[in-house]
Amino acid sequence: MEKFIKHTGTGVPLRRSNVDTDQIIPAVYLKRVTRSGFEDGLFSAWRNEPEFVLNKDEYKGGTVLVAGPEFGTGSSREHAVWALQNYGFKAVISSRFADIFRGNSLKGGLLTVILPQEAVEALWKAIEAVPSTAITVDLETRTVSYSDVTIPFELDDYTRWRLMEGLDDIGLTLKHTDSIDAFEAKRPSYKPKTLPIRI
Amino acid sequence: MGKTLAEKIWDDHIVRQADGEPDLLYIDLQLVHEVTSAQAFDGLRLAGRKVRRPDLTIATEDHNTPTLDILKPIADPVSKLQIDTLRNNAKEFGIRIHSLGDADQGVVHVVGPQLGITQPGMTIVCGDSHTSTHGAFGAIAFGIGTSEVEHVLATQTLPSRRPKTMAINVEGSLKPGVTAKDIILAIIAQIGTGGGQGYIIEYRGSAIRELSMEGRMTICNMSIEAGARAGLIAPDQKTFDYIKGKPHAPEDFAAAQAYWETLFTDADAQFDVEINLDADTLEPFVTWGTNPGQGLPLNASVPNPADFTDSEERGAAERALEYMGLTAGTPLKKIAIDTVFLGSCTNGRIEDLRAAASVIAGKRIAPKVRMLVVPGSERVRQQAMKEGLDKVFLDFGAEWRNAGCSMCLGMNPDQLAVGERSASTSNRNFEGRQGKGGRTHLVSPLVAAATAIRGTLSSPADL
Repeated sequence: MEKFIKHTGTGVPLRRSNVDTDQIIPAVYLKRVTRSGFEDGLFSAWRNEPEFVLNKDEYKGGTVLVAGPEFGTGSSREHAVWALQNYGFKAVISSRFADIFRGNSLKGGLLTVILPQEAVEALWKAIEAVPSTAITVDLETRTVSYSDVTIPFELDDYTRWRLMEGLDDIGLTLKHTDSIDAFEAKRPSYKPKTLPIRI
Repeated sequence: MGKTLAEKIWDDHIVRQADGEPDLLYIDLQLVHEVTSAQAFDGLRLAGRKVRRPDLTIATEDHNTPTLDILKPIADPVSKLQIDTLRNNAKEFGIRIHSLGDADQGVVHVVGPQLGITQPGMTIVCGDSHTSTHGAFGAIAFGIGTSEVEHVLATQTLPSRRPKTMAINVEGSLKPGVTAKDIILAIIAQIGTGGGQGYIIEYRGSAIRELSMEGRMTICNMSIEAGARAGLIAPDQKTFDYIKGKPHAPEDFAAAQAYWETLFTDADAQFDVEINLDADTLEPFVTWGTNPGQGLPLNASVPNPADFTDSEERGAAERALEYMGLTAGTPLKKIAIDTVFLGSCTNGRIEDLRAAASVIAGKRIAPKVRMLVVPGSERVRQQAMKEGLDKVFLDFGAEWRNAGCSMCLGMNPDQLAVGERSASTSNRNFEGRQGKGGRTHLVSPLVAAATAIRGTLSSPADL
């Protein structure tokens, strides 16, 4: 995973709430067996509306998505994270994220930042007034800043450390194989197994 | 102080705890399907890793499969590649798989319980958000992303933050014609799509205890629609009886049951939040909008966005009515339907098919309405045919399909056309969920059946 320490880019205001993962990428785009190429499915139902924010010239090249509350509800598809990353987004800001989407994003290095709704509204206004506004998401200081505004956000130390070091979760867990072995040795024998197959 | 059911199960699965780190949780079972696993197996291959416990892993094909001509080669080459990839990965990594045509193929959340490998006190994961279904057995079961699928394949564990606990108490008795689906739709309408975020929900109360295992699965299934990753119900005699005799029921049943009987919330345990719902006054519920929280009793009318005080909700309602092609004030029962879908991990079990069949038996489908009946698994299909339900559906004018996720998600050939409107027993009414431009009303199997007869949203009481 690529390290995330600090990112500066322009923002894209997505003034919608409850943007579920079916909106981020519809199921019909989930047939691929790779982790790349999902950008064509990103927000696909809205991409043919000329007024949709991603179709506006002034927001081309934006890397920080500023979304409404309850972003990423619904399906657990990690393709939603890949689609946002494949399109070029590095961070998503919202007042509330769905749990599974947030977990997926932080595993994959797409930084999801929770800010109070008032701060999101202010950021929307700032970007809409001046689309070239530079937004900095800084994991070191745990702040979002733009123009003369700086807003702190919370992220637990462990996740922050993992993102800043770009660490592979599986590698970290495999350091504790002894603990897993010890746990398995004590598992009750009545726990079900899928093999051998019983009919 | 005592512990809640969820806390007991969680604590029984902690492999490792360290300050500031998530708990490392042991996973008793991982269910695998074609859509969210290919990239995980690729990751294992790239790192030269194996599947740690193939004997705690099981795969089936459900999301991206046709429900007609299932033994012919899959027509769409991209879908075919995805299915072939799962089959090849299962072979390479030594994982049990139930493919199209196999007696145990079906929607992953129907297959686990019917094999008896879903049991109380387990931790169960799958790359699918409706894994919460298995909570009906008193298990902590939740959906995960593909990176986590890979993590569990490699280590049989998952680093996880301990969730908060929420009790939803449903006391009283349901009126005839009101079902588990109506309970959960009413709960989501009450607490919203984000109301359960960060919580494991425990469903409690007399109305929950009265439900069959199928009904309990319907409730737990849609926990995710309220934002909760997991929902569970304390196991009881119904749970034990359901498992007994299933292929993978414990050989030492007494030992297992002795443990299962310890799985309840202690009298002095504290939930972080408690919510109450009165079962006596519940009516059949239906959604009018584009998220599962936008629901109302079937006797109500399409709401007026201007009546919402919250500006976010008002905007969402305006957009929803526009997408759904609905006018505020229209009685929900006046809404005409093109397609009825009976199936999915929410309502594709034998009890659901029986309920719908009991309503339509001897009747004819409304003109211009099509109805798809899709059993949740091949075993459910076989059982239904043994009971003659297939004939009831076919005589009625419905289509009798093979098992799979089918029209629950617009991925396989079963989809709504642009502007088409469905009454669907599935779990999500998102824009485009059942096909681009499709409009979905979530309903119970009983409402689905009555709607197919009348052609407008209806309950059996309207017949």
